[in-house]
Amino acid sequence: MPKDFRNIYEKVLDLQPISKSYMDIELNKVKNEYETTFILNPELSEGEYKEAVKKYVEMIKGKEGKVHNIEHWGMRKLAYPIQKKTNGYYAYLEFTSFPELIDELEQDYRYNESVLRYLTVKLDKHAVAYNHKRREQGFGLRKDLKR
Amino acid sequence: MYQILWYYYFLPFNIMAKGREGNIGPTAVNKIKTTTIQKKYCRFKKAGIKYIDYKDPDFLLKFVNEQGKILPRRITGTSLKYQRRLSVAIKRSRHLALLPFVTDELK
Repeated sequence: MPKDFRNIYEKVLDLQPISKSYMDIELNKVKNEYETTFILNPELSEGEYKEAVKKYVEMIKGKEGKVHNIEHWGMRKLAYPIQKKTNGYYAYLEFTSFPELIDELEQDYRYNESVLRYLTVKLDKHAVAYNHKRREQGFGLRKDLKR
Repeated sequence: MYQILWYYYFLPFNIMAKGREGNIGPTAVNKIKTTTIQKKYCRFKKAGIKYIDYKDPDFLLKFVNEQGKILPRRITGTSLKYQRRLSVAIKRSRHLALLPFVTDELK
């Protein structure tokens, strides 16, 4: 929808602008908070595992994104076998970026054969508050390491 | 006649109905009152948890039975709002293989 048209419409009818956030989303001006978790093939070496995570971090940074948190959960046992594998390297990222980046990121996951599973979630305000607390205390991570 | 009606007025509704059906007198009413029923409550509302984390499988295990099925809220007592969020969280953690879809021995 043309932007100018709406502005004129608002002026003529003397209306208040239709929800600012909606306009911003249409123009892709708003950045959102996201988090991704993905599982990598256990046959990789430790170095390759960290390189793969680095690659995604740089990919986010390259597209005007900001990475807040990088977590290497390391090798973990899977609750059920995926592609006949019982273990996997877990990695977890928190970042803010434009919504366009998510499509590119997930496409990269799909083409990358060493990624077994991935999940990207948009965070609401409660989730952001929770993650902030989690980062400071680190209680989520310690539990994972124990298992 | 009026005296009896007054009696019913102060009783809770479910006991009132029983009194009409069978001949349950005031002695039986006293027995029912003495048994204490623990009322279920929503954990999330009580503890002030607003976001349920899918990355924490140990916590989510409380709301899952031995086979890995999600427990209904008539058993756990969680409110509808948080049951919805809980089911989403459990499904997400299943996708990431933190929780199993089906098992026999979870606990």
